[in-house]
Amino acid sequence: MCTAFLVLDDGRTFEGKSWGAQGRTFGEAVFQTGMTGYQETLTDPSYHKQVVIMTAPHIGNTGFNSHDNESEKIWVSGFVVRNPSQLVSNWRSENDLESELVSQNIVGLQGIDTRALTRHLRDRGAMRVGIFSGLDLTREEMVIEVRKSSQMSGSFLVADVSTDSPYVVAAKGDKKFVVAALDLGIKSATPRALSERGVEVHVLPFNTSAEDIIALNPDGVFISNGPGDPATMIDVIEVVRQILAKAIPIFGICFGHQILGRALGFETYKLAFGHRGINQPVIDKSTGKVEITSHNHGFALAAPTDSEFTTVFGRGEVTHVCLNDGVVEGLRLIDQPAFSVQYHPEAAAGPHDAAYLFDRFVDLMSKKVSK
Amino acid sequence: MPRDTSIKSVLVIGSGPIVIGQACEFDYSGTQACRVLREEGIRVILVNSNPATIMTDPEFADATYIEPITPEVIEKIIAHEKPDAVLATLGGQTALNAAIGLFERGTLAKYGVKLIGADVGAIQRGENRELFRGIVEKVGGESALSIVCHTMDEIIAAVETLQYPVVIRPSFTMGGLGSGIAFDEDQLRQIAGAGLRHSPTSEVLLEESIIGWKEYELEVMRDHKDNVVIVCSIENVDPMGVHTGDSITVAPAMTLTDVEYQRLRDLSLQIIREVGVETGGCNIQFAVNPANGRIIVIEMNPRVSRSSALASKATGFPIAKIATKLAIGYTLDEINNDITKVTPASFEPTLDYVVVKMPRFAFEKFADADPRLTTTMKSVGEAMAIGRSFSEALMKALRSLERKEAIFTWPEITPTQKDQLLLSIAIPTEYRLQQVQRALWAGASIDEVFTACKIDPWYLRQIQIINEQAQEISMPGDLTAQLLKTAKSNGFSDAQIASLRGVSEDEVRRIRHHFSIRPVYKTVDTCAAEFEAFTPYHYSSYEEETEVRPRTVPAVIILGSGPNRIGQGIEFDYSCVHASFALREAGYETIMINCNPETVSTDYDTSNRLYFEPLTLEDVLEVIHAETQAGPLLGVITQLGGQTPLGLAAGLKANGVTILGTSPEAINLAEERGAFGNILHEQNLTAPEFGMAASELEAITIATRIGYPVLVRPSFVLGGRGMEIVYDDQSLAGFISRATDITPDHPVLVDRFLDSAIEIDVDALYDGNDLFLGGVMEHIEEAGIHSGDSACVLPSMTVTAEALIEIKEATLKIASGVGVRGLINIQFAIADSKLYVLEANPRASRTVPFVSKATGVPLAKAAARISLGSSIAELRTEGLLPASGDGQARGISVKEAVLPWNRFRRSDGRGVDAVLGPEMRSTGEVMGISPTFGESYAKSQIQAFGPLPKSGTVFISLADKNKAQGVDAAAGLLALGFRVLATQGTAQFLLEHGVTSITVRKNSEGTGPMGERTIVDMINAGDIDLVINTPVGRGTRHDGWAIRTAAVQRSIPIITTTAGFNAAVEGIRFLQSQELSIKSLQEWLA
Repeated sequence: MCTAFLVLDDGRTFEGKSWGAQGRTFGEAVFQTGMTGYQETLTDPSYHKQVVIMTAPHIGNTGFNSHDNESEKIWVSGFVVRNPSQLVSNWRSENDLESELVSQNIVGLQGIDTRALTRHLRDRGAMRVGIFSGLDLTREEMVIEVRKSSQMSGSFLVADVSTDSPYVVAAKGDKKFVVAALDLGIKSATPRALSERGVEVHVLPFNTSAEDIIALNPDGVFISNGPGDPATMIDVIEVVRQILAKAIPIFGICFGHQILGRALGFETYKLAFGHRGINQPVIDKSTGKVEITSHNHGFALAAPTDSEFTTVFGRGEVTHVCLNDGVVEGLRLIDQPAFSVQYHPEAAAGPHDAAYLFDRFVDLMSKKVSK
Repeated sequence: MPRDTSIKSVLVIGSGPIVIGQACEFDYSGTQACRVLREEGIRVILVNSNPATIMTDPEFADATYIEPITPEVIEKIIAHEKPDAVLATLGGQTALNAAIGLFERGTLAKYGVKLIGADVGAIQRGENRELFRGIVEKVGGESALSIVCHTMDEIIAAVETLQYPVVIRPSFTMGGLGSGIAFDEDQLRQIAGAGLRHSPTSEVLLEESIIGWKEYELEVMRDHKDNVVIVCSIENVDPMGVHTGDSITVAPAMTLTDVEYQRLRDLSLQIIREVGVETGGCNIQFAVNPANGRIIVIEMNPRVSRSSALASKATGFPIAKIATKLAIGYTLDEINNDITKVTPASFEPTLDYVVVKMPRFAFEKFADADPRLTTTMKSVGEAMAIGRSFSEALMKALRSLERKEAIFTWPEITPTQKDQLLLSIAIPTEYRLQQVQRALWAGASIDEVFTACKIDPWYLRQIQIINEQAQEISMPGDLTAQLLKTAKSNGFSDAQIASLRGVSEDEVRRIRHHFSIRPVYKTVDTCAAEFEAFTPYHYSSYEEETEVRPRTVPAVIILGSGPNRIGQGIEFDYSCVHASFALREAGYETIMINCNPETVSTDYDTSNRLYFEPLTLEDVLEVIHAETQAGPLLGVITQLGGQTPLGLAAGLKANGVTILGTSPEAINLAEERGAFGNILHEQNLTAPEFGMAASELEAITIATRIGYPVLVRPSFVLGGRGMEIVYDDQSLAGFISRATDITPDHPVLVDRFLDSAIEIDVDALYDGNDLFLGGVMEHIEEAGIHSGDSACVLPSMTVTAEALIEIKEATLKIASGVGVRGLINIQFAIADSKLYVLEANPRASRTVPFVSKATGVPLAKAAARISLGSSIAELRTEGLLPASGDGQARGISVKEAVLPWNRFRRSDGRGVDAVLGPEMRSTGEVMGISPTFGESYAKSQIQAFGPLPKSGTVFISLADKNKAQGVDAAAGLLALGFRVLATQGTAQFLLEHGVTSITVRKNSEGTGPMGERTIVDMINAGDIDLVINTPVGRGTRHDGWAIRTAAVQRSIPIITTTAGFNAAVEGIRFLQSQELSIKSLQEWLA
């Protein structure tokens, strides 16, 4: 264990101790408020190029296992915690967290006032950050390095996280539908949730063309979560428009929601510090019911929340809104079978309140088939 | 949907006296409920028999009934007040049972009153074990294998299936009363037999043992739109087998992955929906097998609970307040989060700190009680601490308990001791965690300790880290800044570091301050800093950034009273809260420091700022430092929170802190016998003769000089601990041999005991010139019974007008002689028309709330104002005190103590001895108010001991010295139609005085030749309705002991003084002739 530093874009520095791999790493500093689910967070591709600060102080208590991964590897570019666990206590654990971080070469940091850092990011917004551990650099040198690193706005990151070749997740029980899932950084919980509902999921690389998708003759198309700035997703947005034109049912989650929104003609914008946690209240405007949801987004969609809107694909409306700050959390087309949510009905980590959205997708496909 | 406008008035049912399992958390929740309802413009009608609560302050309801919480009495209130709805989910099990009683009597239907919060069906589905099992099964959960039984035969048969050990849980009891674990048939018969009696439905559940599993609790809230949120997850450090109330608990859960946590969450949501708790909070408990994750749903409470209070304080999410809003129709998304102001209550709090709750026990008060912790709750209070790590929170919680034994130490330990410790920790007891720490310190491995006690290895490792830190501190070398900083952030107190280094605490503090190592204060904000917090609810941590905001208004710090314990409970919190209210009204900012999660004082709404901190000199000084930096600070109030803050006053003053009100020197003057004796002497007042003895011989010499009986006690303990009245040389010698460590440094105090004296309690205010006499209370039990355990009446009943004048004069002399600025409590005794001063306490007493309720004068508020320089004359002008005269009682108010006998069992399964004495053992109090003494006394007994019988069989056994005082009462009972049984001696004496009774055999006489049963047999058979037994002496060899313990075990009302006997007869006389009347406090005070 040696001294390590966390240096923010605006020059604020925190001194802590090394943890996980040593060396240097850069990314966008974001805080995550979940008290459980660090393993899911670490392996969520949407955190690619982000340095995640956990607000819960004790992390690593339940170790690391092979069942709770959301993808093949840890994606965060850095991991900051206050008190990493020195002992693992859980019957499913297979490894301790630090060993896992070291083996995957993830630079971490421990022992800093994570609440002070969180408040800083809350007040000043997400910003670039660097972790320097076991290095002999001056503060100025570290700040310069941070400022040379890339910004999240304008980042195209999907190519890093998407699958290279298509693969199929089989339906559990009788196969009722086939869904083409565009992998922009998909979490494994999503195909699992669909598969449990009798859906065969064809997970496709992000650059799959509309023709190739349509050639699969899917009952529905799913657009996954993923990292980066939705404004950079010009090609995928075009693919989505072509799918819309075919009136194939579409369901988008998170990044997929932003892409659907952009395909409909809306802008996306960067939130000051984003939503990252598993306690976010979202209201379903159609039922008036509140669901507690898992969030991980730094960008959001600018769409009218108080009335219907019209797009080239027909009428639509915002269906879900975050009660904390009024951010658009879901939309649907009225004349077309397409909808999306900004948050994570697949949970992992997080509550299962929104799992009904997968049923809604299945319903859309049933209606389409019966037509 | 906004609130239900058809509800214009609501009857709120409180929880009654503080008992084990039901403490001030229900004052906290009830007070919030009353506040919310009144803010909504709803007329609030309140019933609660506990005068020491904030909720029963007249300003919290439109009509406050300090009446027994029984369906009969509540029906009268409903008939009179005609409320639209009854809210019973915030008053604990007492209120819930009362609501079910009202439903079953048909009262609700008759008066068209609806039950809001949870309906009867939901209450039954949540509480009836069979129904609940069905629900668990329906939602896909598992319950422990179990069998419901109604008779002992069924119970014995059930164990054939379940095997030992087996868990016994009686239905419809609170705090796990009567439940336990049996390892063999003897234990089973004892525990289950008592369980059948305790359960109002004579129903117990036998259950497969899941002892040693991990235990979790989720706090759930639901609104009528079916929005459900989990407010908090709580993990028990003590695994299954120890009642949650007696367990060390942690929030949030520390050792669950998200997958496992979400499974518990899913089950909770499904259960609350299926049970049908329409609006409000409930908690659901789970056991998780550490080996394979199998989940068992243990139980749910379809109401706000003790855990809800803990969860509210732990998260900043005010469950009771929100539950009330939901009950009147709001939905979670319509309610704002107070702390962030911008976000709604429909979310799940997330914590960026760790909360540890520690129970506080009182086994030292019940020497014969079984010290093992089981599924029956035995703790009398709790402390909570918040830290940025588990170790920090744990160490703070341990010192918050104010028990020397609780604080970790690191002595040399031999290998034999290690083995002994590993054996000890298999059995949960009060100090198991300390034994665990020692075992680890002695080198036991985490595996060894886990195998022995089943405490999760994660916690064991945390304790090991603390031990490693201690090792490092104790190494030779300088106390470096780095070492100090890590030690502090691991929660070590200056005192602990000092003892490890062999230096003084002050020295450590000096070095620490020299390095500028001080705590910062973080905020409990419900959201891990995601949103700005507007509520200054702080806790300390050794971190980088503090969140204490500057302020401009002069502030006053009020020190609370720490965890509830016998002798220091809600009454002191009441005074602290009143001080805060009064000073806020007077334009000051108030800052509360306390560590008791149950209380109103630790509600973030009570004071301008709240510091959830241990009440130790170090922790308090650091808050004072932080607040001095923040803005003008006038000083600290230490006289309202009982002994805890009082004990800190001198240390604070020595550190340059301004103590408001009575000075520490004056406090010392009253507490130090010699100095106080001088004041009495100067003022020409008399105290009973006394002496100090360092040996048995000296003690006997003193006793002979002043004459028996004498009151003896070790001089170095407080609160009447170890006090006894002895009547002869032999018992004096016996006391000396039992009292440990008698040395010249630790002498024994020998006081003349005034036999058969009337004892008087006075609460008064003094401002340096004027005296305001709050109330003169007459104890019902004679002197020698601890004032906290004695019933008392206001106004006094037998004190002459001349004596009252003398009492007032004496009070003035003492108050001015001591130098009081604020409250003083004095105990007097009148023996043979002579007034004796027993003791004076220049602080808020336990009786302040009772006197305030009985007279309508807010004594604690006035005391707080006097502390800040207001005079009594000014307060009279202002209207806080009456324009003229002293406190006048309205009606006749009786305060009765509530004793926890039925909570404890001896290791052999028998009840504990119920005899009252100079050592306080009551946990709470009730008040009865009416126009006559008999009625008020009868009312007080209903809630305290169960109603006095109106007819039936009474057993009387009086000690020789008491026989004469019992004759009239016995005659009275006979005249009232009771069958009177007595032991030989008592029967003989009664006959000589014209009272005929039936002679029964003592236990020691055994069954008679014709099979005549002994009195103990008759009590066991349930043939006795009331037991009168005055003690001859203590100890198991006495017949009285067998009688009293049997009565306690069977929950039969028992009276152990002749004064109590006389009062009871007066009460029974009233009950036979008249119905209980009801009248609200507002009407009394009008």
